[in-house]
Amino acid sequence: MSSVQIRDVRKSFGNFEVLHGVSIPIEDGEFVVLVGPSGCGKSTLLRMLAGLENITSGTISIGDRVVNNVQPKERDIAMVFQNYALYPHMTVSDNMGFSLKLRGARPEEISTGVKRAAEILALTPLLDRYPRQLSGGQRQRVAMGRAIVRDPQVFLFDEPLSNLDAKLRVAMRTEIKELHQRLKTTTVYVTHDQIEAMTMADKIVVMHDGIVEQMGTPLELYDTPANQFVAGFIGSPAMNFLKGKVKSNGVAGFEGPNGVKLPLKTAPANSEGQPAVYGVRPEHFTIADDGAEAEIVVVEPTGSETQVFAKLGGEQVVAVFRERHQFSPGDKVRLKPDPALVHLFDETTGKRLNG
Amino acid sequence: MADIAIAPRRAKTEIREASAWDQLKHNRNWLGFWFMVPALAFLIFFLAYPLGLGIWLSFTDTRIGRVGHFVGSENYEWLWDDAIFWLSVFNTLLYTFIASAIKFGIGLYLALLLNENMPFKAMLRALVLIPFIVPTVLSALAFWWIFDSQFSIISWSLKQMGLITENINFLGDTTWARICVIFANIWRGVPFVAITLLAGLQTVQPSLYEAATLDGASRWQMFRFITYPLLTPIIAVVMTFSVLFTFTDFQLIWAMTRGGPVNATHLMATLSYQRAIIAGQLGEGAAISSAMIPFLLAAIMVSWFGLQRRKWQQGENND
Repeated sequence: MSSVQIRDVRKSFGNFEVLHGVSIPIEDGEFVVLVGPSGCGKSTLLRMLAGLENITSGTISIGDRVVNNVQPKERDIAMVFQNYALYPHMTVSDNMGFSLKLRGARPEEISTGVKRAAEILALTPLLDRYPRQLSGGQRQRVAMGRAIVRDPQVFLFDEPLSNLDAKLRVAMRTEIKELHQRLKTTTVYVTHDQIEAMTMADKIVVMHDGIVEQMGTPLELYDTPANQFVAGFIGSPAMNFLKGKVKSNGVAGFEGPNGVKLPLKTAPANSEGQPAVYGVRPEHFTIADDGAEAEIVVVEPTGSETQVFAKLGGEQVVAVFRERHQFSPGDKVRLKPDPALVHLFDETTGKRLNG
Repeated sequence: MADIAIAPRRAKTEIREASAWDQLKHNRNWLGFWFMVPALAFLIFFLAYPLGLGIWLSFTDTRIGRVGHFVGSENYEWLWDDAIFWLSVFNTLLYTFIASAIKFGIGLYLALLLNENMPFKAMLRALVLIPFIVPTVLSALAFWWIFDSQFSIISWSLKQMGLITENINFLGDTTWARICVIFANIWRGVPFVAITLLAGLQTVQPSLYEAATLDGASRWQMFRFITYPLLTPIIAVVMTFSVLFTFTDFQLIWAMTRGGPVNATHLMATLSYQRAIIAGQLGEGAAISSAMIPFLLAAIMVSWFGLQRRKWQQGENND
């Protein structure tokens, strides 16, 4: 186990820079999730960590050692690929023991290592099968087994669950997290799925267009997103954004689209009349007499909660209620955001304005 | 009323038993048969019939211009005691084994090379195909000149460099002649092997190499443990074809040496042609040709086992 330091790392393909100076400290034993939309550079960063891509500038160190010019096999890392990259012509046990075999380990050593990993992942009955005879979830586990056998300093996961169906994905998510809790190996996990990031991470790194937008624990990111991008990316259904300006009339307030009055706990200093974006999570709406009038468009009950799409000041917003209201499309309701939980962002830079 | 006008008045069709002719036209099984007829006819007339005729001829004393009589295994008995026939069998085996082995080696090397990222990759891949595109007889003629006893460019170059004083008698010396025809065959056969193996190489997922890199494999180990095993099915196919083509080669030899000198380059195919067409002994020529069948069957058997689907290979019902 080892800590990992990524310092001001840049990556260019030709003249095109895809990573613009990324710094991420990763502590020993931490489970870090890199999350962001496609093309944000998260996979490239992971591959640089693995040594599959060169580092254009900056440094990456594993433990105390800068690994910029260290061969992948010397870095003591193991990676699980999106398509698993299992060797099709080898049995499960040969796949798992391949790295040990290349290291020149004795056959008994290899079989002990493989057996130990197989037991951890409940793969023992499958050891003699070929990858083509396995289901998607089993292949996924073999790929992890191959990583575990090596007992590396750092585990790298590159979107490992994206080829699985929804149900299996949830199950494997738990399995990976449990595995991390048992082995306590430093893990860097790349995904585009914010739910995966939220559920698994000790620390989430949100990336966008080659920069780190925000780093923090899942709840930090959820409660105080540093900017509008993070606010919109984390959370499902996504946060509602309403454009308007700060307009306090004695009490702090916000004037939304078409003059809708929305509450603020405190207005940021010197912000009177400033154009801004008002952000409110769907679950932070309540029905209240002093709320803003909205017209219901669609009601989607999911059982545990109900998603309500409504027009607020002409803009579509979504609200989530755990209690059961009898709504039908066309109804007028008064929606009130919880002033303590709303977010205010700069209209041009997207930066968070309130504390 | 309008819709009545639009709908055409239909005469009641009589329901009658489907005739045998209707059955032949519409029954799925018969339709399948009709669609197979052209291919079947082609195979029967151009493959099965000549093969059968050839085997029949080998049991007769047919000569050009004279209908033969059945003579049993006389032609074969005669060949059994014919030193030239046995020489041609030896030549054919030598030619096939050496040429195929070297074609495999060079072809695999070229395929690995062309699979790397390098400048002008597309152009190099196209260039490799050239020997394959040039008609065999044309390239054979070119080789004939290259290996000419007087005008050989090789002899000339070596003389200019002062390495030899006299022309090498490429096609006049038995050993040299064998080397030359094998060389020409290799030159011609390498592109087929190289391009097919290249196609095989490109089906190997790049992530397997990345995984192997992280597992600590060197370049050689990646070839030994990943590339080569994954390539074995396609190697079996390519080498089967390569061996069959080489074993039955005729054009190159005939254009370059006509089997000479002193029958040193006579293959079974060329000897058969010489006896059957040039000398007119159709029966005997057919016997030589038919004698190739056991060898070819053996080659096919070997490859048939080589072509068995490997346990790990993707089959129909994989997900």
